[in-house]
Parts: sequence; C-alpha cells; structure tokens
Amino acid sequence: METAKILVYDGSFNGFLTAVFVAFEEKLDVVDIQANGREQSGLFSDTEIIFTNLPKAKRVWNGVKNRSNNAITNVYFAFLSESEGIELMLYRYIQKLMGAKRGKHSDFSDETMLRIQQLSRSVGREKHRMEAFVRFQLTKDKVYFANIEPDFNVLPLISKHFRNRYADQEWLIYDVKRKYGIHYNLNQVELVSLQLDEVLHNSTRRSDALTNEEHDYQLLWNDYFKSTNIASRINKKLHRQHVPKRYWKYLSEKKEAI
Amino acid sequence: MDFDRIQEKLNILADAAKYDVSCASSGSDRKNVGKGLGNASRMGICHSYAEDGRCISLLKILLTNYCIYDCAYCVTRKSNDVKRAAFKIQEVVDLTINFYRRNFIEGLFLSSGIFKSPDYTMQRLIAVAKKLREEENFSGYIHLKSIPGASDELMYEAGLYADRLSVNIEVPTVSGLKLLAPDKKHDDFIQPMRKVKEELIRYNSERKVIKSTPKYAPAGQSTQMIVGATNETDKDVMYSATYYYRTFKMKRVYYSGYVPVTHDNRLPSLGTQVPMLRENRLYQTDWLLRFYGFAVNEILNDTHPNLDMEIDPKLSWALRNLHHFPMDVNTADKRSLLRVPGLGTLSVSKILSARKFRRLNWEHLKKIGVSLNRAQYFITCDSRHWIRKDLSANKIRGLILQNSQGKFRQNPNQLALFN
Repeated sequence: METAKILVYDGSFNGFLTAVFVAFEEKLDVVDIQANGREQSGLFSDTEIIFTNLPKAKRVWNGVKNRSNNAITNVYFAFLSESEGIELMLYRYIQKLMGAKRGKHSDFSDETMLRIQQLSRSVGREKHRMEAFVRFQLTKDKVYFANIEPDFNVLPLISKHFRNRYADQEWLIYDVKRKYGIHYNLNQVELVSLQLDEVLHNSTRRSDALTNEEHDYQLLWNDYFKSTNIASRINKKLHRQHVPKRYWKYLSEKKEAI
Repeated sequence: MDFDRIQEKLNILADAAKYDVSCASSGSDRKNVGKGLGNASRMGICHSYAEDGRCISLLKILLTNYCIYDCAYCVTRKSNDVKRAAFKIQEVVDLTINFYRRNFIEGLFLSSGIFKSPDYTMQRLIAVAKKLREEENFSGYIHLKSIPGASDELMYEAGLYADRLSVNIEVPTVSGLKLLAPDKKHDDFIQPMRKVKEELIRYNSERKVIKSTPKYAPAGQSTQMIVGATNETDKDVMYSATYYYRTFKMKRVYYSGYVPVTHDNRLPSLGTQVPMLRENRLYQTDWLLRFYGFAVNEILNDTHPNLDMEIDPKLSWALRNLHHFPMDVNTADKRSLLRVPGLGTLSVSKILSARKFRRLNWEHLKKIGVSLNRAQYFITCDSRHWIRKDLSANKIRGLILQNSQGKFRQNPNQLALFN
C-alpha cells in the first residue's frame, strides 16, 4: 500500500495549485496540504516539499476554470480566507469537480461544495466591506493612506477596484495584520511592506503626519455622519450589524465611540 | 476654505436632507475616463451606516433650504422657523471631491428647497453636476432631484450629467396632496418623470444603433412616498407604487414612515411613533411585486386593504391560498417555489441547481439556508417526515408566531414581576 502524504508548499496560491497538480499527477494519497512554517508532520505519513512551479499551477487554474468560472473564483476566494484546513478542503473540492460532470460546483447538497461556496461568499463580503470601509487620510507627502485589518486576506482582491477609482491620486492601503500593503504610484499597483512607527487609527489626537486640511475634512465628515442620522428612528442593533465593532477603529466617523 | 462657515452650512443642509430615504448608489456603470477620478460600482457601496441603521453611500445635502412652498409635511417649508443656509456651487463641488477622494462616499445626492422658481433652482443643481463632470473629470455617482415644475429642456440636460433623477411624490393620494401641499399640483410632479422616461427610452433605442451614444441617467429614476401622514391604506400606497413602476419605468419607489417634524392639525402630532413596521411590510410587498412574480391585487385588494402587521405579506398570502400547497421542492417550478414562505430568491436558485444532483431532504434544505420554521408547513421533500397534514390557516399562523421571534414584536404574555 502506498503511504499517505503530507504536502508542504510555500504558502502562496500558486504553490498550493502546484501541490494539487503534483497530487493529481502522481496519484498521491494526500492526507493534508500545509503551508511552510505551519506544518506538522503526521505519525503515519510522509512529508513532501512542493516547489512552486508556475506552468503546473497554471494548468490546474485552467483546468478548474474550464469546468466553470464560478468554480475558479470560489477556489481563489476560499483560499484567501486562510481558514484552517482550507487547503485539504479545496483539494477535495477540486477532486470532486474534476471527477464529475459539468456544473458540479452548484451541487449545494454536497457538503464540500456548499462549504467552499459559503467561504467564498464570506470572503466576497469582506472584500466588499473593505471597498466601503477603507478611509484614506492625506499625509503631508501627498499620499492617501489607509490602514485596514480585514478578517481575510482581501488586499489582492480590492486592488483593481481602487486602481480604477482613484486613478489620479497616489494611495497606499496597508494590511496591519498581515504586514503588507498595496501602493499605487499613478502608474501601477505594487506590493509594499513598511516599517510603521505609528499605526494611524482614527484617534482624536492630531497626527503630525497629516495635513491640517485632512483634519478639517475628517471633522466635516464626522459632522455629516451625525446630522444625517434621524434620532427618532434610532436602531443601534442594526447599526452594529452593518458596521461591526471590529472595524470601528479605522473609521473616522466613529472617533468618539471608541 | 472658510471652515467654520462650511461646517455650519453642512450641518443645516445635511440635517434638512436626511428625510429623503433614497441613498442608492447602484445601477450605474459609469467608467473612469482618462485617469480621472471615480468610477461607479454597479452594485453600489454603502460606505457607512448612521445610527438609525440607514445606509450612507452618498453625500446627501440640500443646495439650500430656502423655499417658496409651504408643504405641511416638510421641515424646510416657508412657514417653519428654522435656520436657513445656502451652499455656493463651488463649495458643493469641493466637499464632494474631497469626501470622495477619502473613500467616504460613492458620490453626491443633491436636492434643494425651491427658491425663486423651479427652473432657476433646477439650473443651479445642474450647474453643480456639470462642473463635477466637466471640470473635475468626476465619474462617481450623482443623484439629482428633479424639481417639480421644472421645464423639459432642463430635465433633458440634467440626465446628461446625473446617474439618477428622482421626484418625490410624497403623498400617495391626490386628495392628500391637496390637503398637505396646496401650492403644488399633481401634474408638476408627473411632468419631469414623463420627460425623463421618454428620454430614457429614446437613448436606449439610439444605443442599439450607435454604441457610443452618451449616457442618459443610467441608473434611471426613482420616487418616494410618505406613509402614515394622511389616512391612506396600504392598498392606496401599493397601487400608486405599481402605477409609478409601470407608467414611468421607475427603478425604485421608496416608502418613508412619516417622522413628525412640526405641529399641524392636518398631521400626526409631534412625538408620534414612526410607523417603522408598516414601512417594513410595504417594502416586503414591493419586493414580492418586483422579484417574486406576485401581482399587487393578490396581496392587497378590497377585502384586504391593509397588510397584516404580525406576519409578512407572503406568508399571509399563502395562508389565504392554502390550496396551492404543499409543494414538492424537488419538482415544483421556479415560479411556484418563489411563492413559498421562507424561500427567498437565493434559496430558490440554490434548490434549483442542487436538485439536479439528488433529491433534497430537510437536512439539505436547512444547510442551504431555507428558513424552515415557515417553509415546513408548505413544502414536501425527500423525506417521510411530513406530518403536518390538514392544519388550518389559523393553526399554522399560531404555530409560526409561537416558534419565532420578530424584531418589532413584544411579548404580551410576559407579566412584569413587580407591578
């Protein structure tokens, strides 16, 4: 009998797809797929290190995509959820997808198919929230800067939206939790990592890094936020449902609430 | 910028604009032009939510709250003693651009009190939109109010710059309008709507021939009705809503529970509760008409002129029409499934794709997200556990109310301990 394998990849999406490729090609009995640095070896299984290989990854991508566009979106989005054991679940998802007739991705009575679809939707929701809740602050060196701390790794997903929208201003969105950001330099978007000495929250204290005009506009926005509220219809529960508390610290309109 | 002055104006004019409930930023697909600023998001984005739970996606302000009219329901009416202010065109442009650059908003919602004449006011609104589009190269969302009584030429021009246009009909019945807004004529509201509809049709047919036809109000038009200010029935409200949807190709009709703002013996007194539950039920009905294939007379008619406040309109329709049920989720067609209480459009489409693979049972349905507490009385599936035969409508209603919670419902059976 063939021994069970644990595949260890470098943590990137392409690395993961390569692992899937290797597993299919060598018909491995995969018990887990783990990111480098987070791996744990099993008692009754061998560990195999996977080296990211773009052509192989591309073939898996195209294979899934040929099955359905929704399926490849689901795979990518669910991967970005970074939830525990996601790699193995995605591997099973791809196995089922390739082993069945077309349209398998919409078999919502199958636990794996439903679960991946739901995860992908959660990541999609987080992406949409970040498109809404990013608050740029204009720094003295004329960069519109924003910190975020999303539940899932959505920076790769929101970059296009912001590039299309703010094509004429330099901006930087930084993920404080994952310690990298995306920077638009009026030509293209690049990945950056920063040494931040201070994380710009929405504190009421005026930061030296920001222009005066910036503070004025934040104040105006705060005022607007308050005056547009209808006091006789107050519904704090609904408010918290729409704007969960974990996002408040980067929202300038919630300054006093914290 | 004179910060203090702007701040004061913003407070006054945002406060006066907040009773307009529309804050949609969806439906437009305007693209960023030549590395300019902004592009519209087709599904719309709510950038924040006020503490009343309403979405904030646009900078919603009045250009001015000076007004020559005296409509009883309106907070900025001529006879009301409130602080008045007016923005300069450039000030609105600056605010919009600077809020937009910081990702606070999707765009601008500009309304106005009517000063001098409807045409003069409309011209000023258009001037703001024109400046944003042409001088600032702004492709974000712009919602302009059509001023009742504005001329056709101006309505044509407005559509060239705005994504959405709207006139608020405010009072659903003509008699109510006479009572509350004696200066305004019903035709003044209708005229701009008709013009916008005609232009929309013209532009759409031209686009079929010439693809580069410029956009005309790509997000269409909408209107708003106040409910609870006069003694209109739900039937009155929904029948006129249907009329506006059909006649003017409205994208949306909004229902706004009347918030008492003044003393006036024609209106509910100050401090009267805002009819939020009723508003909620009206929106549910609106959705049933637009997305679930219901006809308005199935839900509201002479025998049932008002909606049931305890249960939602779909459930209440189903209880009156038990002969359609139970339905087998594994065989029923889409139209019928949409009529089952507890099934929404999303669940229905999931059921339709999932049942191609196997027959569905209660467990599957629950995982898919069907709210079984209502649906279980109206469907059968791949399971022998279907015991609820021959329950009467009243019995089902009782069971559902007993086993569910409603956000507006208070528990009447609970006695206070120390009274």
